[in-house]
Amino acid sequence: MTAPAATALALHQLRYRWPGADADILQIDTLTLALGETVFLRGPSGCGKSTLLSLAAGVLLPGAGTVRLLGQDWAALGAGARDRLRADHLGYIFQQFNLLPYLSVIDNVRLPLRFSRRRAARAAAVGSDAAEQLLARTGLQSSLWRQPASALSVGQQQRVAAARALIGAPEVVIADEPTSALDEDLREAFMALLLQSCTAAGSALLFVSHDLRLASRFDRVISLPDINRALQPTAGAPQ
Amino acid sequence: MKALLVLAARSAWNRRFVLGLVVLSIALSTLLLLGIERLRQDVRQNFQQAVSGTDLIVGPRTGPVELLLYAVFRIGNASNSIRYSSVEMLARHRAVAWVVPLSLGDSHRGFTVVGTSTGYFEHFRYGDRQPLVLAQGQRFDGVFDAVIGAEVAAALGYRLGQAIVLAHGDGAMQANDHADKPFTVVGILAPTGTPVDRSVHISLQGMQAIHLDWAAGVPLPGQTVSAAQAAAADLTPHTVTAALVGLKSRAAVFAVQRDVAAFRDEPLLAILPGVALDQLWEVVALGERGLQAMSALVAVVSLTALVAVIAAGLNERRRELAILRAVGAGPRQMLLLLALEGALVTGLGVLVGAAACWGAVALLAPWVQSKVGIALHLQMPGSAEWRWIAALLAGGLLASLVPGWRAYRLSLVDGLSPRI
Repeated sequence: MTAPAATALALHQLRYRWPGADADILQIDTLTLALGETVFLRGPSGCGKSTLLSLAAGVLLPGAGTVRLLGQDWAALGAGARDRLRADHLGYIFQQFNLLPYLSVIDNVRLPLRFSRRRAARAAAVGSDAAEQLLARTGLQSSLWRQPASALSVGQQQRVAAARALIGAPEVVIADEPTSALDEDLREAFMALLLQSCTAAGSALLFVSHDLRLASRFDRVISLPDINRALQPTAGAPQ
Repeated sequence: MKALLVLAARSAWNRRFVLGLVVLSIALSTLLLLGIERLRQDVRQNFQQAVSGTDLIVGPRTGPVELLLYAVFRIGNASNSIRYSSVEMLARHRAVAWVVPLSLGDSHRGFTVVGTSTGYFEHFRYGDRQPLVLAQGQRFDGVFDAVIGAEVAAALGYRLGQAIVLAHGDGAMQANDHADKPFTVVGILAPTGTPVDRSVHISLQGMQAIHLDWAAGVPLPGQTVSAAQAAAADLTPHTVTAALVGLKSRAAVFAVQRDVAAFRDEPLLAILPGVALDQLWEVVALGERGLQAMSALVAVVSLTALVAVIAAGLNERRRELAILRAVGAGPRQMLLLLALEGALVTGLGVLVGAAACWGAVALLAPWVQSKVGIALHLQMPGSAEWRWIAALLAGGLLASLVPGWRAYRLSLVDGLSPRI
């Protein structure tokens, strides 16, 4: 379905405006993420971070320009094909409330495998149980693995969310301020886990946060206000 | 699909208390619909089985349904009677094989008293042409002998030899009791599941004897006839209420019916029991349809509750929808997820309701039989029941599309960032 590409994610001449809004919220000339690269995307709230991530994940389509995942233009696909592409190649971590409360911890980790045959195959190729391997890396006691997800603390839930995003080794992982609900110790543990796991899986990571203390761990740091011309005074938006 | 089904089931289990209430509500609707259907079929069958092997019922000129009601079902009162001589003449008709006269109007503690001939025990048939069988004792022989139905014996605890007092009319006034001429139970009939079970049978002569000192429905003042005197008197009845007629050949039924209608001495009416039963059923069917409509409405209310509960819970599940979207589920799968949940709840409700209906029939059948005299049959659902079940399931599935559609819209609008 997708041609081999050196870039994991590529945005080009992107423009987006919410339906009914009278100005663009995003105007980005170019943003690329190479395979295996970790990128820290920085920006205060309200600068269009979440919108950008929805565009990158193919849930929203740009008004102009292109967003490509592994060389595949999201806009060229139908809704069902976009869902499949996302299921196959993308892991996603929310700010919080990542887990389905009615599934056990390990079933939450396995959730993407239910929707992607490709990731299920890759997870099976790991040898022993991929979900257990990932959970073991989170440092979560194995006695908790079969507990309902709601039994976990916030920090534990975020670690499980990282394991879920990485199961079946998707090419791209997107994390939307995943540490904002964590205190410092938990944040450190989470960051270490996420970066190690991405490296182990060979996944590119697009990490969004306003917490600059984390930035030094990444290959590259991008400031969204710098690249988003919609927020710059010179942008054509009527004042 | 299987993945979604597992998720729908797990998610539903997570909200099992509220959804359990909806399951209960759907189960009750199912119980109501299936129970009424079962009752309807069994009542109809009971009605159809109340009389068989009788070719014609002859009585005074009333309506066919009225005649059937009091002659067979002992419901209502005969507004008129026919002369006994007419019955005797009818018995001499060349096409007639047998005639069993019936004389009604008295009661014993709420049970109908039937004055008749011993031919009743020979010729009366019910169900699939089954004859009456005596469980104990014998047919009446003496003037003051009585043969009681199974239900009379069971309800009043009567055994052979029991002395009973008959009441004139419905027994509401004690002054109307035939206390001076008690009867003795000489026979108890085996259960039939028909109005026979709720009848006290005496001879026509007995019926005549207790009314010797009566006129126009009240005791004649200053004139009493003792039981011994009555037994010795001429007890040929003057009038009876109706007569059951059996023919030598069924082919003659319409000819005999015409002859009866053209009877010169008094106006008579002859009805075919099967035809009158059908007419009666048309009357009953109106109420039946009313009941069905009401239970269908109850089912609609339950399904509305299903929609309300699932749709109300949806707002708190927008986060869940976003998580599923993030792992690659599409809006259409969200629709399917919610529809599956509704289908699961409906299916479970229908299953519980059907099982409850079956259990209720099994548990209550003896009680209903003894109290109401209707034999309920424990059996696999028939085509009518399957139609109701299918309608409920289809209704539940359709109703689930409402929250399903809302989930579809929400997951499109929310994407990965639910606005809660």
